[in-house]
Amino acid sequence: MLSLAGDDESSLTCRTYIFQDESHTLGNALKCIISRYEDVQFCGYTVPHPAEAKMHFRIQTYETPALEILKRGLKDLEKVCDHTVNLFESEVKEFCKS
Amino acid sequence: MPKRDKPLVLLEEFRVKNAPEDYGMADKKWNFKKFVKGFSIDIKRMENSEMEFDLIGIQPAFANAFRRLMLSEVPSMAIEKVMIKNNTSIIQDEVLAHRLGLIPLKADPRLFEYRPEDATEGTEFDTLEFTLKVKCTANTAQSKDSYRTEDLYINHSVYSSQIKWHPIGNQASVYKEADVGSVHDNILISKMRPGHELDLHLVAVKGIGKDHAKFSPVATASYRLLPEIKLTREVSGSQATLLQSCFSPGVIGLGPDGKAFVRDARYDTCSRNVYRYDEIKDAVILSRVRDHFIFNVESVGAMSPNIIFVEAVKILKDKCKSLLDELNKF
Repeated sequence: MLSLAGDDESSLTCRTYIFQDESHTLGNALKCIISRYEDVQFCGYTVPHPAEAKMHFRIQTYETPALEILKRGLKDLEKVCDHTVNLFESEVKEFCKS
Repeated sequence: MPKRDKPLVLLEEFRVKNAPEDYGMADKKWNFKKFVKGFSIDIKRMENSEMEFDLIGIQPAFANAFRRLMLSEVPSMAIEKVMIKNNTSIIQDEVLAHRLGLIPLKADPRLFEYRPEDATEGTEFDTLEFTLKVKCTANTAQSKDSYRTEDLYINHSVYSSQIKWHPIGNQASVYKEADVGSVHDNILISKMRPGHELDLHLVAVKGIGKDHAKFSPVATASYRLLPEIKLTREVSGSQATLLQSCFSPGVIGLGPDGKAFVRDARYDTCSRNVYRYDEIKDAVILSRVRDHFIFNVESVGAMSPNIIFVEAVKILKDKCKSLLDELNKF
């Protein structure tokens, strides 16, 4: 599902991750979080070809390893989802009451 | 609700422009606490199959992710395989199979599993089986001189209500017939004449909209930004009625003194018709709120729209979780 492109020579702070079977749905949401982190120099994603179910995700940081940033991003996105579900469900309950 | 700074896009006569004090939402540093504080949901309308709600103070990337997930990654059940034992009607086998696939089913996809790709036989946990056996004959009982098809023939139209469910394994005790069949009884599948016959075996499985649109649980799932209209000067008399006619009904109200005021900008189409009239185009500022998303979700019938939205968000969460698990193995 997830593999590294051939940028092993460069330092740990620059990485392109390839997500199998992912698209703009995850790419853009994750980019939106990660590109706004303090230590991140650059973050972007691309779907290189529409017929291939692949998403390339690039992270460049000043100091923190890119992998750590990616993990943090995924955790934060998970938190966003949790909060959205909780808030939505409580609002639905409220709406049904009134 | 506390007052907040609304980021606006201004809809000017010849261009769309961000408000001058708005430096873009992407520039703010990420902070989960701030996100939670600024984010609110407001449900406007909720019926059996339709729903309208607002996500306020959210990034467009998240709103779009939720929309995309509802359309193409929330699962539903649909007829995937059609075994044709006999088809002497004029509709071709492949067209018939395609039509059957598009019939919305009531079965709740959360109670089923995905059928493994290499499976040849379906199990009670991942498959629903139906049959459709109809034969059209001449109506010999009819006495009166009528040329209406419903008097002349029996079974000249095949409807989705004629699809019969055949429980496999333990299914009969778990589900009721009313829980799994077609959402609508009156979907016309085919028209026939005496001698035409259909004898079909239908297999429904769980799938997602990415694979085929028939698996999409929503008819539409879309969002738009909340319109905001401001009047910059007093508009009255004939100008007020002209102003009113430039917007969708109910958007501009007229006071007892003939003065125009903005009653409710929410349902405006943002047509920019005002800019056609020189005498009033200086009186309004048209804009949209950039982080106020009005979602419209219309379910096909298997799940209610509020459940579809929750499922969509949960799918995004599960994606993150499984990717994190994978990364932690590195």
